[in-house]
Amino acid sequence: MSDVYDKLTSLLQDVFDDDDIVATPDLAAADVDGWDSLAHVRVILAVEKAFNVKFKAAEINVMKNVGDLANSISAKLAGG
Amino acid sequence: MRVTRDLYADLAWLLPAPEDFRARRRALMADDATQVGAGVQALARHALNATQLTQLAETIAAAQARGADLAPLAPFTLGLVGNGTLDLIAPALVASAARHGVALRVVTAPYGQVIQEALNPHSAVNAAKPDAVLLALDHRGAPLSADLASAEASVKEAIGYINALKENFKANAGAPCIVQTIAAPAEALFGSFDRRLAAAQRAAIDAFNRALASGETGSDDILLDVAGLAETVGLARWHSPSEWNLAKLPFSSTYLALYADHVGRLIGAMRGKARKCLILDLDNTCWGGVIGDDGLDGIRIAEGDAEGEAFRDVQRTALALRARGVVLAVSSKNNDEVARAAFREHPEMILRESHIAVFQANWNDKATNIKAIAEELNLGLDAMAFLDDNPVERGLVRAFLPQVAVPELPEDPALYARTLTAAGYFEAIAFSEEDRKRAGFYEDNAKRAALASAVGSLDDYLASLDMEISFAPFDQKGRERIAQLINKSNQFNLTTRRYTEAEVAAFEADPACFTLQIRLADKFGDNGMISVILCKAQGDAWEIDTWLMSCRVLGRKVEQMALRELMLHARAQGVARLIGRYIPTARNGMVKDHYETLGFVKQADGARAGETTWAIATDAETPAAAPMRVVRVGALNDALPQAAE
Repeated sequence: MSDVYDKLTSLLQDVFDDDDIVATPDLAAADVDGWDSLAHVRVILAVEKAFNVKFKAAEINVMKNVGDLANSISAKLAGG
Repeated sequence: MRVTRDLYADLAWLLPAPEDFRARRRALMADDATQVGAGVQALARHALNATQLTQLAETIAAAQARGADLAPLAPFTLGLVGNGTLDLIAPALVASAARHGVALRVVTAPYGQVIQEALNPHSAVNAAKPDAVLLALDHRGAPLSADLASAEASVKEAIGYINALKENFKANAGAPCIVQTIAAPAEALFGSFDRRLAAAQRAAIDAFNRALASGETGSDDILLDVAGLAETVGLARWHSPSEWNLAKLPFSSTYLALYADHVGRLIGAMRGKARKCLILDLDNTCWGGVIGDDGLDGIRIAEGDAEGEAFRDVQRTALALRARGVVLAVSSKNNDEVARAAFREHPEMILRESHIAVFQANWNDKATNIKAIAEELNLGLDAMAFLDDNPVERGLVRAFLPQVAVPELPEDPALYARTLTAAGYFEAIAFSEEDRKRAGFYEDNAKRAALASAVGSLDDYLASLDMEISFAPFDQKGRERIAQLINKSNQFNLTTRRYTEAEVAAFEADPACFTLQIRLADKFGDNGMISVILCKAQGDAWEIDTWLMSCRVLGRKVEQMALRELMLHARAQGVARLIGRYIPTARNGMVKDHYETLGFVKQADGARAGETTWAIATDAETPAAAPMRVVRVGALNDALPQAAE
């Protein structure tokens, strides 16, 4: 699980070009400068590519924070 | 070592993005940054992901906003209207246009506003007075109905709609439109019958695309063949229902970089930035094998031969490009006569001397030769593309002549021609009678260009190769390869003495022989055994009976390192002199001055014409160490104390 957070940290730092971002379970879009709806799509697409996973719209719609995102990734990587 | 990349989705003809991408692009954001245009273009020449494309676009926009000089990029303003989320696409267009020599500014219509944007003279797109307007419409936006009752009729309506957009942008923005063909959805209604039934959506899309391509919408528009692009990668991959639903992306984000690169090519072509000349390497690029060593009969180029066909495809592609006006040139490390013989005499060759405008076959570095070709043709370096199977040559040309397009090539030569065409260096928006004749304008066919001054010191580049040279005495493990090199090397071979494997085995055990097998590895991989040296003791001297090397590692200072190694060992064994001999053959003219270059002193002419003998004292200064790690294997390691280095 910490692997997922490490990878998300590096991905978010890349997308927002900000080395201070750390992916924590509580981190939400509102906490990050520039994380608007367009950036959200960019994040989702970048995550899908980086982890080689695909999300259903229903999954994306209920994600409230990075914790939800990480849980969803982990479940998919575990074959869930 | 090589990670498999998808040719189209990953733009695999481009190098992967550099590790320090973010640092480099940040440096270009600084208010006092200089040469921003060149810096931006250098980054854009890599394969970038969506995040990197967006960040590079921000860098370009920031430079434009502060009025920075973006030369050599040519400015271009593009209006963008369409039925998808244009804000996801626009940054990719800006970054990709830089790859094609254009500093792009994109003015995007508000979401869903297409006809309104065209009709309103004060709309954002019209007010910007763009150089062109891209109508990024897919089957949903054209719109082409999927309903059996209306699909056929919707073709005419869609064409009428495109015409109305075109006329209004012409009137209100003064700009031509870039119109897109439409990629059919992957989902069929009947099945194969969809193509035949005029009332089916697929047939309707075919009719629309035909009408668009045949210019029924007017002659000054420019065509972006999205349907062709989607067919190339596969409709089921091109369309992503999930991503359309999520973000109204009109095609899968997997192909965002590819789509944007194609738009960049078109805009580059509109600004005259398309390339005009293809420079070809020969050995293992235009034919299989090394002609200097394998001989005219030994190269693989035969029709029907699986290996030969791959290279025939390269030649066919080059010839087809020539027929549409692309000038062909050759840059090959070869003896001029030997290389030309293939073009003149080999019955299976598709390319002939008359097809080649400038023919540079010599032993100079390729950057210098490509510069000479550009000067001879009076074309800019940014008009050149260079095809070479050897990653070291590609890296050298990129390092010294970054303006030249140098595609990465996959391991399999069967994919060389596809990779070259996928790179889209020669994009055109028109084809005239003049184009057809252009290659013929270069009347002095296959001429040799005077060599330009060398491009500069190669030492930094050599150092960047992270080379490791390894020396070992002849041994059982290397015996077969040693014998093979001894029997097939013709060009870099001082005496061309041939020995059987049994004789090679005898040298291993002979205390009067000093032997070296030399390997070279670099950051691109292991080149394997690339040189063989055999010395025989003669009193207080060693006579160099055999010295050969693969031409693949020419210009890497392997000879200097080999002589250094020889001298160190000779000294350690109390040997006073090294004696070298050059025995000329029809093939080995390139090493005529080998010993002189290395500091040997001429002793006498030999018995046969052209034969020369050379000597160097072992207490003379050794050649300077070249930038590579030295590894000694087996007895060599014991023989030379570490302090000798």
